[in-house]
Amino acid sequence: MPIHDQSYRRYQGVRLPVTGAWTIIAAHGLMSFLRRRAFLAVMVAAWIPFVVYAVRIYFAANFSQASVLAPTPDMFRQFLDNQGFWIFIVTIYVGAGLIANDRRANALQLYLSKPLTRTEYVAGKMAVLVTFLLAITLIPTILLLLLQVVFYGSFAFARANLGLVPSITLASLVDTFVNAFVMLAISSLSKSARFSGIVYAGVALFSHAVFGLLTLITGGTRVAWVSFIANLEQTGDVIFRVAPRYEVPAAVSFIALAALIIVPIFILERRVRGVEVIA
Amino acid sequence: MADLVVQLQQVSVTYGKTHALTNVSATFAPGAVGLLGPNGAGKSTLLRALLGFVSPDQGAMSVLGLDVRAHPREIRRRIGYMPETDAHIPGMNAVTFVAYCGRLAGLPAADAMQRAHEVLFYVGLGEARYRNSETYSTGMKQRLKLGQALVHDPDLLFLDEPTNGLDPKGRDEMLALVQDLAHNKGVNLILSSHLLPDVEATCHHVVVLDKGRVATHGPIAELKGPTGRVFELRIKGDLPAFVDVLRAHQMDCHGTDDDVMRVFVPAGMGAQDVFGLAAQHRVQVRHLRPSVPTLEDVFARAVGEP
Repeated sequence: MPIHDQSYRRYQGVRLPVTGAWTIIAAHGLMSFLRRRAFLAVMVAAWIPFVVYAVRIYFAANFSQASVLAPTPDMFRQFLDNQGFWIFIVTIYVGAGLIANDRRANALQLYLSKPLTRTEYVAGKMAVLVTFLLAITLIPTILLLLLQVVFYGSFAFARANLGLVPSITLASLVDTFVNAFVMLAISSLSKSARFSGIVYAGVALFSHAVFGLLTLITGGTRVAWVSFIANLEQTGDVIFRVAPRYEVPAAVSFIALAALIIVPIFILERRVRGVEVIA
Repeated sequence: MADLVVQLQQVSVTYGKTHALTNVSATFAPGAVGLLGPNGAGKSTLLRALLGFVSPDQGAMSVLGLDVRAHPREIRRRIGYMPETDAHIPGMNAVTFVAYCGRLAGLPAADAMQRAHEVLFYVGLGEARYRNSETYSTGMKQRLKLGQALVHDPDLLFLDEPTNGLDPKGRDEMLALVQDLAHNKGVNLILSSHLLPDVEATCHHVVVLDKGRVATHGPIAELKGPTGRVFELRIKGDLPAFVDVLRAHQMDCHGTDDDVMRVFVPAGMGAQDVFGLAAQHRVQVRHLRPSVPTLEDVFARAVGEP
């Protein structure tokens, strides 16, 4: 007689409420990236600008000769601007395969045959990308602000710039969510992560190149709304209350960014299904 | 009828201009029920509609007593689905994959992992459970799909063509698993297949679909039942003309893979009537042997195969 019956047994244990399935998808996605050395190297590289800015604040706080480097509200805007490159890299690295790989492996029908909704599936996938993007935008920028307080030993700067924390938060969230929605929508259109990455890069870079060309032709920057990157920059400037860098009205850039969220939602609604219906 | 696991009333599903299901009304009893039909009959569409993947244009469906439209999440919590196509979650080994599916279905992490080990042993992947599922053979992938469908101990299993792509040995092993689940473990299951022997080997009941409609349904034994007798017949002579003659005398017949026909002789008639008709139409009977009705006969009669 066997000591342990390895046959099929009915489950007698507890069953958890199934409303938090997106957290399981998110946790699995996060862990799968954190286990990759190449990805960790990218994240470390994305934090190098933070180290540079932290050193700058340290010197400005401790050496009077370096007072010219003293932090200003604009410095935080510049830092977030510089992180745009790493947002681009991390978005492609993490986001390109999030749905495309599931589509390649026909995993959507497995996911959606479990007690979770399509919205929860997308939320779980988006949480992975959003977490990593916030980890290179919001977190280092807020940390820089904290370092300013620590190195100067005073809240004077923070008190004088009370709008900085909301501005940093809002600008980071806008950058993060616009990129995340666009990348996920593109990822849902293909079964190839590589192709999705190329299309995303194409959308970002090609639209900016078109903007550059139109700027040369028209002699102004009123057409900045055609550029994915320029819209994010313009909106960021408005959020930080610095002079907008392009002539396009801020409202137009807001509308363009809203479209960059609404269109991906529509695409995701069409593409994330348990079965692909080809009528 | 409260113990029916699935009920469908006038369900229609269309893909664009294609009618995948047309006014399908059927009931699925507890135990193992075969969903039988040729390719394109609407079997997978029916399962997908029950899972909520496609919305019917009309009709009502209930699974385990729950309305599919009103309680999709609760239904999916209580069912397991083994899809027809190759499906896995990329970048995982088998045990992680099955445990992950268990967690998505509401099992606590530790229980999900324990169940993953158990079901992988049960489906015969115990030794290979730490291998990346993308390196699995077709047969192993089929077993893995069954494992992920079982991990949360569903009340009802949807098996869509579970023997697809399997060699004869693998097919026998898969059918043995299905049979064990249905007959020994008390799991209700719906087995969708176009392979008659698979359904006959594992199921008590059958629903036969053809061109998106229910051709027949009921207990297999009843459908095969003694409403007449079946003969194997081989003749020499004008075959199409003789088939017309037999049909004119209410004897349905259909061909098999070789040159032997299967003839359904209604109650009250027998071999003598077949011989009589053959003599009357100058056809030579080379072979006439009583046979046992099979599901294949039921299927052929239901879908009107020649």
